[in-house]
Amino acid sequence: MITLGDYLTVSGILFVIGFAGVLLRRNILIIFMALELMLNAANLSLVAFSRFRLGTNGMPDYNAQVLVFFIITVAAAEVAVGLAIIVALFRTRHTTHVEDISALKF
Amino acid sequence: MSFLPWIALLAPLAASAVIVLFAQRARGLSAFISVTAVLVSFVCSCLIFVNRRIAAPEIPWIEFPGILRAPIAFTLDQLSRTMLVVVSGVGALIHIYSLGYMRDDAGKSRYFAGLSFFMFAMLGIVLANNFVMMFIFWELVGVSSYLLIGHWFERDAAADAANKAFITNRIGDFGFMLGILMVWAATGSVIFEDIIPQLWRFTSNPAFLTISVLLIFCGAVGKSAQFPLHVWLPDAMEGPTPISALIHAATMVAAGVYMLVRVGFLVQASPDALRVIAWIGTITAVMAALIATQQDDIKRILAYSTLSQLGYMIMAVGLASSEAAMFHLFTHAFFKALLFLGAGAVIIALHHEQNIWKMGGQGRNLFLTFVTFGTGALALIGCPPFSGFFSKDAILALAYNRNGAIFAFALFTAFLTAFYMLRLLVVVFFGRPRSPIAQSSSEAPTSMLAPLFVLALLTLLGGFNFFAGRFLVIPREREMAVLVPALALLAMLAGAGIAIFVYRGCTTDPISVRALRKKLYVDEFYAWLIDNTQELLARISAFIDRWLIDVGIIRGASGGTWGFGALLRLMQVGNLQAYAFIFGLGIIWAIYFAVFR
Amino acid sequence: MPLVLFWSFALLMLGFGAAVVINRNPVASALSLVVCFLGLSALFMLLNAFFIGVIQVLVYAGAVMVLFLFIIMLLDLRTEELRRINWLAFAGGVVVSISLLVQILAVIGTTKMARQSFPALASTGVDDVRGVGLALFQNYNLPFQVIGVLILVATVGVIVLSKRELR
Repeated sequence: MITLGDYLTVSGILFVIGFAGVLLRRNILIIFMALELMLNAANLSLVAFSRFRLGTNGMPDYNAQVLVFFIITVAAAEVAVGLAIIVALFRTRHTTHVEDISALKF
Repeated sequence: MSFLPWIALLAPLAASAVIVLFAQRARGLSAFISVTAVLVSFVCSCLIFVNRRIAAPEIPWIEFPGILRAPIAFTLDQLSRTMLVVVSGVGALIHIYSLGYMRDDAGKSRYFAGLSFFMFAMLGIVLANNFVMMFIFWELVGVSSYLLIGHWFERDAAADAANKAFITNRIGDFGFMLGILMVWAATGSVIFEDIIPQLWRFTSNPAFLTISVLLIFCGAVGKSAQFPLHVWLPDAMEGPTPISALIHAATMVAAGVYMLVRVGFLVQASPDALRVIAWIGTITAVMAALIATQQDDIKRILAYSTLSQLGYMIMAVGLASSEAAMFHLFTHAFFKALLFLGAGAVIIALHHEQNIWKMGGQGRNLFLTFVTFGTGALALIGCPPFSGFFSKDAILALAYNRNGAIFAFALFTAFLTAFYMLRLLVVVFFGRPRSPIAQSSSEAPTSMLAPLFVLALLTLLGGFNFFAGRFLVIPREREMAVLVPALALLAMLAGAGIAIFVYRGCTTDPISVRALRKKLYVDEFYAWLIDNTQELLARISAFIDRWLIDVGIIRGASGGTWGFGALLRLMQVGNLQAYAFIFGLGIIWAIYFAVFR
Repeated sequence: MPLVLFWSFALLMLGFGAAVVINRNPVASALSLVVCFLGLSALFMLLNAFFIGVIQVLVYAGAVMVLFLFIIMLLDLRTEELRRINWLAFAGGVVVSISLLVQILAVIGTTKMARQSFPALASTGVDDVRGVGLALFQNYNLPFQVIGVLILVATVGVIVLSKRELR
């Protein structure tokens, strides 16, 4: 039998893979992709919960799916803006390496 | 009801205010205003003295029903009437004298404003009917004394002397204030009349009474320059000579004695305190007389003689005789003012030369001054029939009856008094002039000589019953003893004879006692004491301020904030992933606390 | 059957997800991400969320990943040359990641609910588009509009950021 815990475990592993990517990789584009992984891990657990806790009509809880829909939309917008920033950054610094971008420290 | 006391009190204040506000530049006008004001005061005082039924309206001031009531009101009994006339009379003479003495002084307006202000304050002390009012005027007198001693403030010595007088007085006044508070705590009133019926509250607790009387006496010790707070008075001679005459001889220093007489009912309730007061007076009298024998400055000699005479008065207070104290105060006011003004005339004639060894032979050049000064000196040493003889004799007789030891000291002081006064007379007025200035000296102007003659007359009359009896209750002891006047005369003649024998024809001082020249090292002792107490305390507090507060608290706070900020800044590495790492650590920590604990 | 499908898609997704992080070449990473998203979409469908699965494929595997690849090509990123790895930072990252994983697994392991299987649905039809649509337009109409505005703002922002004069 597939349990809720299975989905959540998969979701958690995916999240940690994404988090490890953010922490370990130096290429800002890869970090960005790892961020997407983390978002999708959250989406997976949301959908799993939506399927697990049924509404009154015996169908999945569509509120959760609406939330996933929103997350995907916001993520798409975020990717667009983020990539534009990366392009702008690359134009000025000629690098996508995060260790070369240390302007946060005054 | 009459407004005379108010006019007498406020005329000098008004004069002072007008001078300060409007007549700073007009020096002649200032002097005129000031003299007019003091004459108005004097006339009012005489009217008050003559009319015994005068009562002044009172102004309610501090009113806490049942707790504290201190109106601005006047006591108008025999004592204050007499003092009023003496203070305003001597004050008026000295004002007139000042016209001559301060004729060319650049700060004349300031001087007369201060003089008027002093008159106001002094009359306030005399008239006060409660402790609070008296204390306020007491302090005002201190302020005006400070201003007048420091009149020539551009001279360091004068400025220092003013500070010294003020600070020394503050020490005494602090005790005075504590004493007033204790009296108020015990009786619930600060008005003299209201304290008298409450006195039984005190007598049931003798220790409390003794302490509060001694604290009040502290005020008198400061103001009347008694040992051990006497050090300011000789230094105060840095002020103009009329000031020395008015404040530091005739009136202000007598305020302490007057105050003790005013609260005599309180003082005499405590035998222990009386004993202390009597001995303080005795010590002061002997010590000051001893020091006076070795001083070279004419004004300092007179200053120490003032100390000595004030010692007599305090002695009389301590021997529980207000009458004797007031009698001596009364006569002393005249002859000591006379002596100071005479000294001032000599000093002016010699172009501000004060060293007696540079004078000599002035009896010929300044004959009128010599006659009047001589009158004062004879009164001071207690030569009959001058006033000093009667009043000093009263105190000696009193001491003879009450306390043998004190009598011996008083007699010895009388001997010393005669010695140093004759020394002064012989050195200044006889022999040959010992400096070019002394050779060519000439008599002071009339405005200075006239007060001298008036005072000389008063000195001559002041002791006789027909004159003094109008003002005072003449103490009884005078008539009783026959032995005492004889002994006093003997001591006086011995002192005078030895002085004439030793100093006749001398050009330098044949006797030199270092300890007496150094004023018994009291100043040095105080300097040492202050060095070791106050300076030490100051150094400790400076250390606390500099290291504990400045470095510890202030720099500690700023440095701590800065250091903490620097520490936090170490975390701001600027590396994106380091932030992510710290963020992750934070999340793990938060989950740990939220879920697993 | 669903069990096999679940595990095969889950492992596919996790494997390619790991590949995203491990690959040195950005293009390979991006393509791995596409495969990872396809696996995820399959998992959505297994959970009867067909609409979300389709969206996932369309938006992520389609649009977003094309954007990524486009940028990678634009910036002409090659295989990352080997830099000296900061071993301390690496170890720290690994430790933090593993402890986070341990915590997540521990939470799931200790929750009773996680051991239950999914209940049966009232109908097995493919009409979840209707459900999501109803929820979206009835309950979340305003957020939906706001999302629209957000996308507009993002579009404007991207255009502004991409203009050369702003450098």
